[in-house]
Amino acid sequence: MTLLDIKNVTISFGGLTAIDDLNFHVEEGEIVSVIGPNGAGKTTFFNLITGLASPDHGQINFEGESIIGLDPNEITARGIGRTFQNVRLFPQMTILENVMVAQHCRTSQKIWGPLFRTKAYKEEEALIRKNAEEVLGFFGPRLIGYRLHQPAFVLSYANRRRLEIARAMATQPRLLMLDEPVAGMNPMETAELTQLIGKLRSEWGFTIVIIEHDMRLVRDVSDRVVVLDHGVTIAQGSYDHVSTHPDVIEAYLGRSAGDK
Amino acid sequence: MSRSATDIDAKRSTYIGLIAGSTVVFMGLVGIGVGLNERMLIDPILSLGYLFVLTVPFVAGFVAANEVVLEGMEEPEKGSRDLLAGGIAGLAGGLVVGLFLVVLNRFDLSEWMPRWGDQLLDLFSFRQGVGLGIVISLVVGAVLGAFGGGIHVLKPEAKRLLTIVGVSVLTLAILEAVVDDFLGEIGLKSLARLLYASGGGLAFVPALIVVAIATALALGFKGKGTELKNQYDAMDEGEQKKYNTYMMFATIATAIILPIFLGKIVNELLANIGLFVLLALGLNIVVGRAGILDIGYVAFFAVGAYAMAVLTTPEAPWRLNDTFANTAFSWLPVLPWLVALPIVVVLTGFVGLLIGTPVIRMRGDYLAIVTLGFGEIIRLLFLSDWLSPTLGGSQGIRNIPGVDIGIAEVNGTDPRAVFWLVAVFVALAIYISHQLETSRIGRAWMAIREDEPVAEAMGINTVTTKLFAFVTGAVLASFSGAIFAAKVGSTFPNSFLLLVSIIILVVVIVGGMGNIPGVIVGAVVLIGILGGPKQPGLLAEFSEFKLLIYGALLVFMMLKRPEGLIPNAARTRELHLEEALQDAWLKGEKPGSDDDEAVATA
Repeated sequence: MTLLDIKNVTISFGGLTAIDDLNFHVEEGEIVSVIGPNGAGKTTFFNLITGLASPDHGQINFEGESIIGLDPNEITARGIGRTFQNVRLFPQMTILENVMVAQHCRTSQKIWGPLFRTKAYKEEEALIRKNAEEVLGFFGPRLIGYRLHQPAFVLSYANRRRLEIARAMATQPRLLMLDEPVAGMNPMETAELTQLIGKLRSEWGFTIVIIEHDMRLVRDVSDRVVVLDHGVTIAQGSYDHVSTHPDVIEAYLGRSAGDK
Repeated sequence: MSRSATDIDAKRSTYIGLIAGSTVVFMGLVGIGVGLNERMLIDPILSLGYLFVLTVPFVAGFVAANEVVLEGMEEPEKGSRDLLAGGIAGLAGGLVVGLFLVVLNRFDLSEWMPRWGDQLLDLFSFRQGVGLGIVISLVVGAVLGAFGGGIHVLKPEAKRLLTIVGVSVLTLAILEAVVDDFLGEIGLKSLARLLYASGGGLAFVPALIVVAIATALALGFKGKGTELKNQYDAMDEGEQKKYNTYMMFATIATAIILPIFLGKIVNELLANIGLFVLLALGLNIVVGRAGILDIGYVAFFAVGAYAMAVLTTPEAPWRLNDTFANTAFSWLPVLPWLVALPIVVVLTGFVGLLIGTPVIRMRGDYLAIVTLGFGEIIRLLFLSDWLSPTLGGSQGIRNIPGVDIGIAEVNGTDPRAVFWLVAVFVALAIYISHQLETSRIGRAWMAIREDEPVAEAMGINTVTTKLFAFVTGAVLASFSGAIFAAKVGSTFPNSFLLLVSIIILVVVIVGGMGNIPGVIVGAVVLIGILGGPKQPGLLAEFSEFKLLIYGALLVFMMLKRPEGLIPNAARTRELHLEEALQDAWLKGEKPGSDDDEAVATA
């Protein structure tokens, strides 16, 4: 079943066409990588899907329904969770709170529950807490235990990236979109996260779209790779197919002098 | 590496001293020195005016001797050079004041500066004439500057002792009205007469006794505070909860019992403080929690007060006016306060919704400006001719009855009862704030404050959540407004100036944004000592300079301590926990099997 289907989407900022007549789809249970040189339009592509930008024309369907024009929070509620390229946590909130707050759209207690601490409220809080610890526990002992009640800004860079993934997981998405999840991580950390991304699908059942520059991770996790350049898909298919595709090599390295 | 005593940055010290001297001159010219000189703190040696003037060179000395030690640098040895740096700063300050004395004596600028004159000369020269005055100001400046610098030399215990003694003497002097009142009510008027001089201020000998007692207590209870805190930290969650409950009951009992022993003036002050605590708690949700910079908050206070006035006053303008006699509202009876309250709350909440809906979509500076505008619009509506048949225009609404609670009527003539009424609502506001802040909604507010676009991407409907904060703030303000109307007995548009919004904002910022105890302390300290926009505080002499001090305080706090007087306690504890764990880790005891280094080397 096609989870996300994008047809003929175009968006331009002033004179710059960031995404040009793009077609893209994700099947349920797939891991798709989006790669491309800097400025290829990858993050704009993510912003289009998550409602932070809206296309000039084209269709974006999630689970068969159009999500164009929906607010970002409505799209998250539909089941698309994301991380940000430049880690954007809630720095003054604790690690636990960061993940608890991400369950906002899955919970409903408003005024009377918290004011009178009703049974329903307490049950919901307990559930939120349990979910949060479960999600954080996915990354081993790093984000739990004494760390739970520390503000997010004390975390190391790699842990901040992990917490961001945990926060996206806590929104209980069907489609998880990771924007450069291993940027700034060392090879050991990258190898570990590569494994975890595999588990995100096999154990948690997420369908995943990744933007990444680290080609080893792309090779190891993706079922399919889509290459963007100047807002256009220049190649897609398996990693091996894409990595040897002449257009891709040209986009990254330029044309060799002899090919003129 | 030891450094010689003269190895100091003389230029910097002089610069700081010159600023300090100019500050003193400025204080003199705006009238702080002379104006506050009548209020004695310690009879006959220290008046409030001199306290202000003399603090400046002291602080200058402290700042001049304060060196920034970067990480990895060796901390310079403390010693005579600190005294010297402070002394130079003080001397430079004294020089400025000395020069000013000459100018003050030679020229007459009283036409442009009302404070220019002999009184100012007397103040700065300690009544010794110009010649001797210059010498004195140089000497006093240098000595105080050196003292200020000398603070750095003192051991921590000595600093603590000095702080405790200084603060207790000053507190007792500032709280003169309260202590006098309290002792009078419990029949110890004679003790008060002994303690305070007839012209006001702590008498000299009792001041010495206070110093002695404070010293004894400080030495006797040394380390006890930390011990108690450690004990508390060592308790498990259940015990802590029990302890917190005890503390809560103790606080409630104090709030009930204390006013009985206090007279009219102090109870009046407490009631005013309570009204501002209510407002500050409301604004704290809006600004501190949800991060919506609302500088038109007084609008909700005004709507609450006016709504209560309109509903409960038999002679309200709209009832006397023919236009309304036969309208749909003519059936509305004069309501008692308690019945009107729910209507007032709902109405103010609705106004919050109305103002909030267009405003809330904006961010940052734009939002602040627009709230400012709406705050003024509401006041101008109350002032307008258009609404004057209903709301009385600039005449306002008078003869608002008090709160009839069955056994008695609570109104302005009985500040004690007003205080109790306010206290009930403060407790209610604290409860509401706390319950909401720790809930799902509270977390969403915090997320919006931290990073609004991300909060939205994480599934939070930012518009409704912010609107909810706005309306909650409005509701808390309406409590304050409703009590205010019944307490004062009249409402005028002039009671709801922009100034009120700003003062509440300063209270929230100085106290500690986003933190309930901080906000309460902020209100108690600022409104208690300086006073509200129209209400006098303990130091009534400040009234002229209130705004100057509020402004200076705001600038200082934003620069030096943006987290407020009482920062979020939980946050501080977490930070300290981190340090402790880090220390343990450095010593080789891994707190958890976490840490990226562990993974990297695995």
